[in-house]
Amino acid sequence: MNNASPSGLYVHVPFCKGKCRYCDFFSVTGNELVEPWLHAVCREASLFAEEWGEMDSLYLGGGTPSVLSDEQLAYLLDRLRLQFRFSADTETTIEMNPDDVDTPRMRRLRRMGFNRVSLGVQSFREVELAWLGRRHDGGRARSAIEAVRSAGFDNLALDLMYGLPGQTRGAWEQNLRLALQFRPEHLSCYMLTVEEGTPLGRIHALGRFQPLGEEEVSDLFLFTSRFLEEEGYLHYEVSNFARGAQRISRHNGKYWSHIPCLGLGPSAHSYRAKVRWWNVRSVGEYCRKIASGERPTAGSEELDREQLKLEAVYLGLRTGGGIPLALLENQPHSLGALDRLVREGFLRRDGDRILPTRRGYLVSDRLPLELLP
Amino acid sequence: MSQGLTVLQRMKRNPMGPIRNFSIIAHIDHGKSTLADRLIQWAGLVPEREFRDQILDTMDIERERGITIKSQTISIPYTSRSGGKYELNLIDTPGHVDFSYEVSRALASCEGVLLLVDASQGVQAQTLANLYAAMEQDLTIIPVINKIDLPSADVEGVKEQIETELGLESETAVLCSAKEGIGIQDVLEAIVERVPPPSGHPEEPLAALIFDAQYDSFRGTVVSCRVFDGRVGPGDVIRFMSNGATYRVEEVGVFRLSREPRAALSAGEVGYIISGVKTVSDTRVGDTITLDTRPAPAPLPGFKEVKPVVFSSIYPVSSDEYLGLAESLEKYKLNDAALVYQKDSSVALGQGFRCGFLGLLHLEIVQERLEREYDQAIVMTFPSVEYRFTLKDDSTVTVDNPQYFPDPVDIKATFEPFIKASIIIPERYMGAVMKLAIDRRGSNPRFNYPSPGRVEIVFDMPLAEVIFDFYDRLKTVTQGYGSFDYDLIDYRESDLVKLDILVNGEKVDALSLIVHKDRAREWAVQVCERLKEEIPRHQFKIAIQGAIGGKIIARSTISAFRKDVTAKCYGGDITRKRKLLEKQKKGKKRMKMVGSVSIPQSAFVAVLKTDHE
Repeated sequence: MNNASPSGLYVHVPFCKGKCRYCDFFSVTGNELVEPWLHAVCREASLFAEEWGEMDSLYLGGGTPSVLSDEQLAYLLDRLRLQFRFSADTETTIEMNPDDVDTPRMRRLRRMGFNRVSLGVQSFREVELAWLGRRHDGGRARSAIEAVRSAGFDNLALDLMYGLPGQTRGAWEQNLRLALQFRPEHLSCYMLTVEEGTPLGRIHALGRFQPLGEEEVSDLFLFTSRFLEEEGYLHYEVSNFARGAQRISRHNGKYWSHIPCLGLGPSAHSYRAKVRWWNVRSVGEYCRKIASGERPTAGSEELDREQLKLEAVYLGLRTGGGIPLALLENQPHSLGALDRLVREGFLRRDGDRILPTRRGYLVSDRLPLELLP
Repeated sequence: MSQGLTVLQRMKRNPMGPIRNFSIIAHIDHGKSTLADRLIQWAGLVPEREFRDQILDTMDIERERGITIKSQTISIPYTSRSGGKYELNLIDTPGHVDFSYEVSRALASCEGVLLLVDASQGVQAQTLANLYAAMEQDLTIIPVINKIDLPSADVEGVKEQIETELGLESETAVLCSAKEGIGIQDVLEAIVERVPPPSGHPEEPLAALIFDAQYDSFRGTVVSCRVFDGRVGPGDVIRFMSNGATYRVEEVGVFRLSREPRAALSAGEVGYIISGVKTVSDTRVGDTITLDTRPAPAPLPGFKEVKPVVFSSIYPVSSDEYLGLAESLEKYKLNDAALVYQKDSSVALGQGFRCGFLGLLHLEIVQERLEREYDQAIVMTFPSVEYRFTLKDDSTVTVDNPQYFPDPVDIKATFEPFIKASIIIPERYMGAVMKLAIDRRGSNPRFNYPSPGRVEIVFDMPLAEVIFDFYDRLKTVTQGYGSFDYDLIDYRESDLVKLDILVNGEKVDALSLIVHKDRAREWAVQVCERLKEEIPRHQFKIAIQGAIGGKIIARSTISAFRKDVTAKCYGGDITRKRKLLEKQKKGKKRMKMVGSVSIPQSAFVAVLKTDHE
C-alpha cells in the first residue's frame, strides 16, 4: 500500500576520524578508501536507478558524512541526481560532526542543495563528551550550531544522549536547555545503549562502569518527554521530537511505515515490496563487488504476512501515529490485551487508531508481545 | 499349557534346541548397554561404520541419560566355538526402579540372565532387586564381572561378594570388559552352554507372553512376545486372554536391528506379532496371547495391572491445544501401558489430564517424550501420591489431586503411603545419608553390613518424600555411590495440609500441593522463591504467596519493570528487533496466563526441584 509513496534514498558514509565508544554503526577510520568508496557508491546507484521511481528524501548518514570534502559531497549529490528522480521538495539531510562545521562550509552545503542538517552534539558538557569519546567539546557544539543557523538552514536536527552513568536530572535538563536556546526544529534524545562489540560494551562486560539504573533512566525519559512537549515539541517517536508535524523526519518515518527505501554503501539496508536486503559490512568487499559488477548484497529476507504485521505493530507503536485498530484483526486475545493496556495507561484509543502513551513508549518493546497472540 | 513343569523338566523335553532367551541385569551404570552393543557387534549384525553406542536405546532421551526406558529385543545369530548355530534372543530390560513390572515380564520371557557386576563397584542395591526377581522365576544366573580393565577393578573382592551376598558360585563368573571388547566370546559361550534352551511344544495350544508393545504409525501396535507353547502365524485369529479381544494376525517375525518377518513363531521363540491392534489399552504387558479357535486352558502366570504411585496433571500450555494433547497422550499410551490418565481440569490451566506414573522418572520420561516426540508444549503440576482421609462421618476418601483435598473441618484423620527405603552406600557417606533421610522424614533406621566398608540403611519413609528429587539428592550426597530401592509398605497416619500458592491474590490451583504440616512453611518459602526467579517481570508488581487455608505463610514479590524499549530503530535495527520479538513471542507461547500474569512453563517445572544447598 505504501508503494505509491515516494521512496527514500540513504547513503551510508562509513568513515570516521575516530570511533566513539558507544557507537555500533559500521565505520572505519582513515581516509584511504574514501575515493574508491565514492566511486563504488555512484556505481551502485546506477545498478538500481532504473528500478526506483520518485524519491522525496535523501539522507547521508554514517559513519560521519562530514568527513567527506565539499568536492566529494558535490560530486556524490550530482551523480545521485543524475540517476534518481527527486521531487522538488526533497528532504536532503546530512549528518555532521560539530568539528567539521563552519559557516562558509555550511553555506556551500546549502548551495549544493542540503536543506536539513543533523548535528551529532550528544552533549554540551565536557565530562560527558569525553566519556563518550567524542572529538568536539561543548563550545565547539555551540559554535557549530550557530554556523548552521547563520548559513541559513531552517531545519536543524540535534542528537543528544542521556542516561549516562551518574547523570542527574539537573545535568540532563541543563543540556536540553542549552539545545533549546537554538530552537532546533528536531531533537533526537537517545538513552545510552551499551551495545555488545563496542568499546563501551567491552568495558561494561568487565564491570568497569555502573550504568544508570532502570528507575533513573525511566524518570529521565518521562521528564524529557514532558519537558520538550511543554516547550512545543511533538514527541513523535520513542527517541524523536519535532517542532511541529512538518518537521518530523520524513526520511526516518519511511523506515517505520514500510515505505520503500534504498540504502547505498556498505552495511546499508533497503526495503521494498516486502523484501529487505542489506549490503556487506566491509568497505573493501563492497568496493570489490561493485567493481566486478555484482550487487554488494550480504543478505535478504522476504517478510511473510505475520512478519509484516509484527513489524507494522511494533514500529507503529514506537511512533505517535500508532497503529490502526484493524491491524489487530478483531482477535479476542488482542482486544483483551488492548483493553488492559489502555486501562493500565500504556495505550490509548483515538477513533480507529491505537496510540502509545508516554509510559507506553517506555515499554514499547513489550507492547507487541502483549497485543499479538 | 505346561504350567506345572519346572524349567528343568521343560529342558529335558527339548534339551538341544538352538534358541537361548536371556536378559542382562545390571546396576544403572555397570555397562549393560555397552555389553549389549558388543554382543550385537560380535554377531556382525551392523556394519562397523554404522555402529553407534547404545544401539538398542533408540530414543534420544535414553542415550542422553544412559538408561533404557523401553525394552528392546534383538535376536543375535551366533556360531559357537564348537560350530553349533544358535539364535540368542536378548531381551533388554528397563533399568530403573520405576519399571519393575516391565522388568519382571521381560525376565519371565527368559530362561537365563547375565548378572553384570562392575569390577570396581561390586553389587549394588538395584542389581539385587532385579536379581531376586530373576531368582524367583528360577532363571539360570550367569555372573559377569565387567570393567576388569579398570585400574580400580577388584575382581577377587567382587567374586567374594557374589559368593557371600548373592549365594552364587563365584568361580562360574565370566570376566570381561565390554568397553575394551575383552571376554565377549566367553560371555556368548556361557549363554549357549549354561542358559537352558526353551521348552514348550509347538503342537500345544498357543500361549505367548506379552512383555512389551510398541506403536508403529504404519502398522499399529507391534506386540513383543515370548511364545511358550504352540505356534502363531499370519492369518491366525488370536485372543488376548485378559480381555478376550480378538485380532487377525497380519505379520509375525523376529527382531534383528529392525523387524524381520517369518512364516510363524513357535514355542520357545521370541518375536513380534502385528495384528491390527490399534491401541495398547488392549495390549497389557504380562497378558497371554492364545488362539481364538484353540485357546490355552489358562493364561500364563504373573499377569497384573500395574498400579501408578505418582500422580500429576498435564495441561497444554495454550488451552486450544487440548485436543492435540489428548491425541498425543493416546498415541503415547500406545507405547507405554504403564501410564494411566483421565480428564482433569483446573481454573488456572484449563482442561488437561490427571496422570498416574510408576515413579518420578517415569513422569519425567512421559513429559520429555510428549515434548520431544509429540511436540506438545505442556505444563505439569506437582507430583502427588495417593493420600487417604477418614472423615468425621467415618467415610474414607482417597485423593491423589490437591484439588480434591477435603474440607479440613470434615477431616478426622489423614494417612499417607509409606515405603521401606533401602539405601546401600560406602560407610563414609553414612552421616550425609542419615541427614538426608531424616530431612525427608525417614524413621526407624536399620543397618546391615553386606560387605566390609559398605552399609545398607533401611528406613521407613513417606513415599511423598522420595517422589521429588530424592534419588538425585542421594546421588549428590554420595558422589554417585549410593543406590536406592524401595517397597511400598503401608499407610500411616500423618498430619497433612494443603498448601496453596497465590499469584497476585489469585489462587493457582495447579500449584497447590499436599504436604506434611511440619514441612509446609519450608515448601511455601521455596516455591515462592522459585516462582520469583522464574516469572519474568511485568509492567506491574507481582505478589506470590504461600497459604494454608486463609493464612499466608510465605511471600515473595517481583518488582515491576518500567522500561523495555530500544532507543534506536533504523535500517538494520528493524530486522534485528523483529527477530528478537519473534523469539520472545515463541517463548510467550510457552507461558500460562494466570489473571494478567504470564507464568512460564518452566516455572511449573522449576517448583518441582527442591534445593537444600
